[in-house]
Amino acid sequence: MISVEHLTKRYGAHTAVDGVTFTCEPGTVTGFLGPNGAGKSTTMRMICGLTPPSGGSATVHGVPYRRLPNPGRQVGVLLDASAQHPGRTGREVLGLAAQTMGVDRQRVGELLDLVGLNATAAKRRVRAYSLGMRQRLGIALAMLGDPRVLILDEPANGLDPEGIFWMRGVLRDFADRGGTVLLSSHLLREVEAVADRLVVIGGGRVVAAGTKDELLAGSGVRVRGLEPDKLEWALTTAGVPVTRTADGAIVAQADAETVGRVASAAAAVLLELRPADDGGLEQLFLTLTAGQTVKEAVK
Amino acid sequence: MSVIAAPRLAGADTRPSIVRLTAVELRKMTDTRAGFWLLVTIGLGYVALAVIMLFAADPADLTFRSFFQMMMIPSGVLLPVLGILAATSEWTQRTALNTFALVPERSRVAVAKLLAAVALAAASVGVSLAVAAAGNVVGSALFDGAGTWNLGGAILPLSLLAQVINIVMGVAFGMLLMNSALAIVVYFMLPTVWGVLGEMVKALQTPAQWLDLGVTMQPLLEGSMPGQAWAKLATASAVWVLLPLAAGWTRLLKREVS
Repeated sequence: MISVEHLTKRYGAHTAVDGVTFTCEPGTVTGFLGPNGAGKSTTMRMICGLTPPSGGSATVHGVPYRRLPNPGRQVGVLLDASAQHPGRTGREVLGLAAQTMGVDRQRVGELLDLVGLNATAAKRRVRAYSLGMRQRLGIALAMLGDPRVLILDEPANGLDPEGIFWMRGVLRDFADRGGTVLLSSHLLREVEAVADRLVVIGGGRVVAAGTKDELLAGSGVRVRGLEPDKLEWALTTAGVPVTRTADGAIVAQADAETVGRVASAAAAVLLELRPADDGGLEQLFLTLTAGQTVKEAVK
Repeated sequence: MSVIAAPRLAGADTRPSIVRLTAVELRKMTDTRAGFWLLVTIGLGYVALAVIMLFAADPADLTFRSFFQMMMIPSGVLLPVLGILAATSEWTQRTALNTFALVPERSRVAVAKLLAAVALAAASVGVSLAVAAAGNVVGSALFDGAGTWNLGGAILPLSLLAQVINIVMGVAFGMLLMNSALAIVVYFMLPTVWGVLGEMVKALQTPAQWLDLGVTMQPLLEGSMPGQAWAKLATASAVWVLLPLAAGWTRLLKREVS
């Protein structure tokens, strides 16, 4: 359980995080979405007590992170996979953390197996690791203390498609066993497949939050007709808000039955009629954060 | 997945003890290439100096004591670099993110680093004794050396104190400057510049006797602390060790980790 209340971080005149509030329940994966520079990493660092907030508070299982006696055993944290000493071997990185947390050394080997770093890779220095291997090492590090909460910042960066698929499985399994996962990404696709809940942030503010289904419900149905103009006219006349997509299809803000009845009454031949979820979240994401990316990029 | 489903391990609600954190910091000081080779270099330095003494020194000077005194040079120069790196590498290699995620009470990490530094200083004195002993044996057997075993007076604890002051000063500079290259340069340059100024500028000669750490530490390495030696050492240490340590400590507690 992670609880974030009105977290705010100001750097001089710039407000990086502005009153962010959300909770992550046990048994769920929460996707923390936003363009680069939206304040995701700052928020996560504040949750983990690494950045002092200018306002607000965050707790893990009801306790501020910095008051956890042995935080590695409660919360698995992966904030930046490249923040490792390049001169240490993968095994040594895990060994140090295991010693700090007081977990059995044998778990190091188990976790290396779990994340698919073989004996050769474990013996190599992190300097020689690809970003994907560093992410795997970081996930091993996060799970080493057998925590009940995972906080992962862009863990899919640098993973190959197989690796992303594997990671989804690990996180899903972790949540299904009662764990709490907060995972950030600037890529929707990554999160869409695994998250139960979404928190979308733009310009330091939460712009949308809820279950994935809730957020997608408003995206309507996608319909394509033999004569698009006729179909669009019929829908508009029936009072259904519509938008045309680039490929000539229509996204209608109504359920499939309504759209079907309108088409039938107008004798319009339908070629396609389905929920517009495909890309719906993308649309939402783009709309909600429109302009933010550019603003951040030139900052 | 059975790995993660294992029953919860014991100790989840216990703070890692300071002893454990110190052991971790010692391990971190020695498990990287830089740390490992610095230690190897110090060890080789001991042996090289012992060999040079055997061939170059007057046989009458080949004693346990003089070997031991010579051994203080490599550790005196290089151990502080290990101390500096222990503090700075957290930032230059960005491992602070992991360190402070696992131990959010940063003061405890700082204490552990200082204790690890002291332990390393003690270990170096131990190895110095061993190499000095070997040198003395070889000296008396093959080089007609005096071979006396009397260390004399308080040279052992005083030398240990000198090594501790040096390495703690390194940790303090590292904690304050948070950058390896900068901290190493400043650590070696600043006292040297001050030392040179102290000798050149007349007005600085008296303060230099109290504030030049090199000068005030000299009696430690010679094994006796006459007159005002302790007061002078304390003054210089306060300026060069405690002051940067206090400032570095404050900075460590405040700095945002990213």
